[in-house]
Amino acid sequence: MNTARLPHLFLLLPLAGCSGWQSALDPRGSTAEELHGLFWLFTITCTAVWGAVLLVLAAALWRRRHPAGISEAQQARSERRSGVAIGAAVAATVVIITGLTFASYLATRGIAEEHPEALTIRVRGYQWWWEVLYADSAPHRAFLTANELHLPVGRPVRLELATADVIHSFWVPNLAGKQDMIPGRENVLVFTPREPGTYRAQCAEFCGIQHAHMALRIVVEAPADFERWREAQIAEAAPPMTPEEEAGRQVMESKACGACHTVRGTAAAGTLGPDLTHVGGRQTIAAGMLPTTRGSLAAWIADPQTVKPGNNMPMVPLTAEELQAVSAYLARLR
Amino acid sequence: MTRPPEDRDLRDTALDTGQEPDALERRLARIWRTPPGLVNALSTVDHKIIGRRYIVTAFVFLALGGVLAMLMRLQLAQPESRFLSPDLYNQVFTIHGANMMFLFAVPVMEAMAIYFVPLLVGTRNIAFPRLGAFSYWVYLFGGSMLWIAFILQMGPDVGWFAYVPLAGPQYSSGKRADIWAQMITFTEISALAVAIEIVVTVLKQRAPGMSLDRIPLVVWAWLVMAFMIIMAMPAVVTASSMLILDRLVGTHFFNPAEGGDVLLWQHLFWFFGHPEVYIIFLPAVGMISTMLPAFVRRPIFGYLPLVMALLTMGLLSFGLWVHHMFTTGLPRLGESFFTASSMAIAVPAGVQIFCWLATIWLGRPAFRVPFLFILAFFFTFVLGGMTGVMVASVPLDTQVHDTYFVVAHFHYVLVGGAVFPLLGAIYYWFPKITGRMMSERIGRWVAGLLFLGFNFTFFPMHILGLQGMTRRIYAYPAEMGWGGMNLFVSLCSVAMAAGFLLFFIDIFRSARHGEPAGDNPWEASTLEWATSSPPPPYNFVRIPVVTSASPLWDEKGSLPVVSGLAVNRRELLITGMGNATPEVRETSPQNSIWPFFAAIATSVMLVASIFTPWAVVWGAIPLTITLIGWFWPRGTPEDDS
Repeated sequence: MNTARLPHLFLLLPLAGCSGWQSALDPRGSTAEELHGLFWLFTITCTAVWGAVLLVLAAALWRRRHPAGISEAQQARSERRSGVAIGAAVAATVVIITGLTFASYLATRGIAEEHPEALTIRVRGYQWWWEVLYADSAPHRAFLTANELHLPVGRPVRLELATADVIHSFWVPNLAGKQDMIPGRENVLVFTPREPGTYRAQCAEFCGIQHAHMALRIVVEAPADFERWREAQIAEAAPPMTPEEEAGRQVMESKACGACHTVRGTAAAGTLGPDLTHVGGRQTIAAGMLPTTRGSLAAWIADPQTVKPGNNMPMVPLTAEELQAVSAYLARLR
Repeated sequence: MTRPPEDRDLRDTALDTGQEPDALERRLARIWRTPPGLVNALSTVDHKIIGRRYIVTAFVFLALGGVLAMLMRLQLAQPESRFLSPDLYNQVFTIHGANMMFLFAVPVMEAMAIYFVPLLVGTRNIAFPRLGAFSYWVYLFGGSMLWIAFILQMGPDVGWFAYVPLAGPQYSSGKRADIWAQMITFTEISALAVAIEIVVTVLKQRAPGMSLDRIPLVVWAWLVMAFMIIMAMPAVVTASSMLILDRLVGTHFFNPAEGGDVLLWQHLFWFFGHPEVYIIFLPAVGMISTMLPAFVRRPIFGYLPLVMALLTMGLLSFGLWVHHMFTTGLPRLGESFFTASSMAIAVPAGVQIFCWLATIWLGRPAFRVPFLFILAFFFTFVLGGMTGVMVASVPLDTQVHDTYFVVAHFHYVLVGGAVFPLLGAIYYWFPKITGRMMSERIGRWVAGLLFLGFNFTFFPMHILGLQGMTRRIYAYPAEMGWGGMNLFVSLCSVAMAAGFLLFFIDIFRSARHGEPAGDNPWEASTLEWATSSPPPPYNFVRIPVVTSASPLWDEKGSLPVVSGLAVNRRELLITGMGNATPEVRETSPQNSIWPFFAAIATSVMLVASIFTPWAVVWGAIPLTITLIGWFWPRGTPEDDS
């Protein structure tokens, strides 16, 4: 059996119950867990303060008052007491604020630690998709993919975040806080995924017309599964198996597709769009817009501007047969 | 032209003969009035007329911005909605933000100051009133430009913050980002002009005896606001000018490939942008401090701490801007510093809250409509302040930044902290402006609908943000599970819209049919209630003399007044900065059409410079001509002295 197919089957499973797959309230990584604890510390403290203020307000509004008013001496005494109460409340504010600042500082220190054995991945934002580079000390083992990140569970990961055009922001709330991708700079995000599963990341900095549709899948899996996936990705594109797929490969190479997209092992070697060498094995196409099926590939290629208005993929005129063939071929590229 | 000598210096004391009881009023009215007719309406420099126009215009922009908000809620009510195209949605949220910040919130606070500062400090007109007229027209033209561009499908679509490089020449072709940047220039010019007027009026035109410790708190707040405008606005003018230069003449301030820096934009923008929040918020809390005594029947508790709190917040707000940039990867130590400074502002904010609580505690609350808005403020703003403490923490901010949590947070502080007090202030001061009361019954409905509508609309957004919903997205997949809560939010926003609609209905109804208010319907203590409602063109028949912080409460009988001011020309009293001791009689400018022409020349120049840099050169010529006309000596006593 082709080992490259295994991870794909595995990927489909966690999609079923994924309501909290982009939620800061459902931490599945080291950083997110730390932040989740901090979040509740702040929330509980602040709610208590807010409640106390409103209670005092209610008491001030509806407390019993002398119908005829009070003497000046009594008035002076209650004003003095109010002054003391205000002083105490201000002191309490200072103490609470200092405590929260300190807790916040400690959390920052805790989550920024780098690990020498961390898995380093370079993620680069494009309008409106993500390029993912798994570097390797052996150059032929390095590979590019797009809109999907695979991570081995329990191993620290170091993401080097950059951008090819405007500012984007990388955010997987279940695993870590967000970090911007800024032209002329490189930011680093360090965290350790703790539980296997599929998580969703989304661009958090407004980046233009399709900012809403710039998502990324993150698959956290057992180390063995991760290694299998990695080996499969390092391999060149799968050869066409049927005449239709062979025709699809020719379309890919002869039409405009190859000007922007790369399929390693073929003549298509463009670098403007996502690398399609293993596109059929990814969960989604168009940065999270559609599930990867032959049908959705065909729909996307036939009219990318209706599916994702304003994106940078032009409509390439194809005959019905060419469209059939090229989508069959891409679906084969697992 | 020679005048009879007695006519050159006719004083009000000369009219005290008792033969004609209202001779003084008639004289003053003739000198200060704005005659009927279009040209006269365009020429007026009466701060009340300009202030009223300013307020009305700002509320028109509020209503327009509200319509955009409802469009967004309609779009987001269900997943992957196709009601608005992404292009239109991006324009809608950009203009909603830019409009609410630059065309509503900041101008409306200035507008209230233009109308009320001279009345509250007891003078006849604002300082440099022609500058005020100029400011209004520039504001009106700049705001109109933004909306006309939107109607022509040329509306900015880069967010109200216009981050580069998205707003730069490479990624925003067309003129949309230029429209945004030039709209900034318009509003900055008008804001700076008003700020200078406020500073000079408050420091030099206070009624005799209104020493620094007797200034009404809202006037203190406006003074701090004006200084903040003067210090913060140049940063954004610089930034937007650099953006226009990058776009128009090919400079590379923000292009890293040529040695520019994209983060420079964010530093400059937020160095202005964060103080701007306090430019909006401080006048609002000043309004609360000034209204509250009237509804609890006692002077404010803790005048000095409240003034100190205003000054401290004004100062601290300049040290917080980096908390808008916690996810840009700045050095950790710097971030911790800005966490501490952001949290520190909770201390003066707390001082204010505690002083108001003590004032209510010690007083006897009367639950009239303005007071209801103050209560809505307490509930809402304090909650927004708490989430503010949360976003001030760097690590927490990395989770909630640019999500609906932040959308909820800043609407809590801006609507809760500024709009609720402002609406209370409208109910409070409407009788002074129009001479008629707004409806107490409708007002309760307005307050209730807005309070409930607001909280049910915006509270769930905190949760949506934590569940991963990012800002500025025109659509979201159904599988995210955000649909139900978004539908709920959209439905509740209808209640809020209904509240605003009812508010506007009440305004229109009361302006015509409201009950006559009398001079002082709330039995309040500050000077604006000492004159008639609406005030005459000259504000006060005689300038009052102030002997306490609550003059109308502490002076039994009538206020002591100043006499000896000229009545044959516009004249007011200049007093010392500290103790407000009378220094000199000073003339106040006449009506003039030139500020209107100067504003037109400025606007033409600014709009044309979107299309060619030469507009700045050629446009300077008509502008110079209008300024010469403005300052040309005319041989009138006002202009010559």
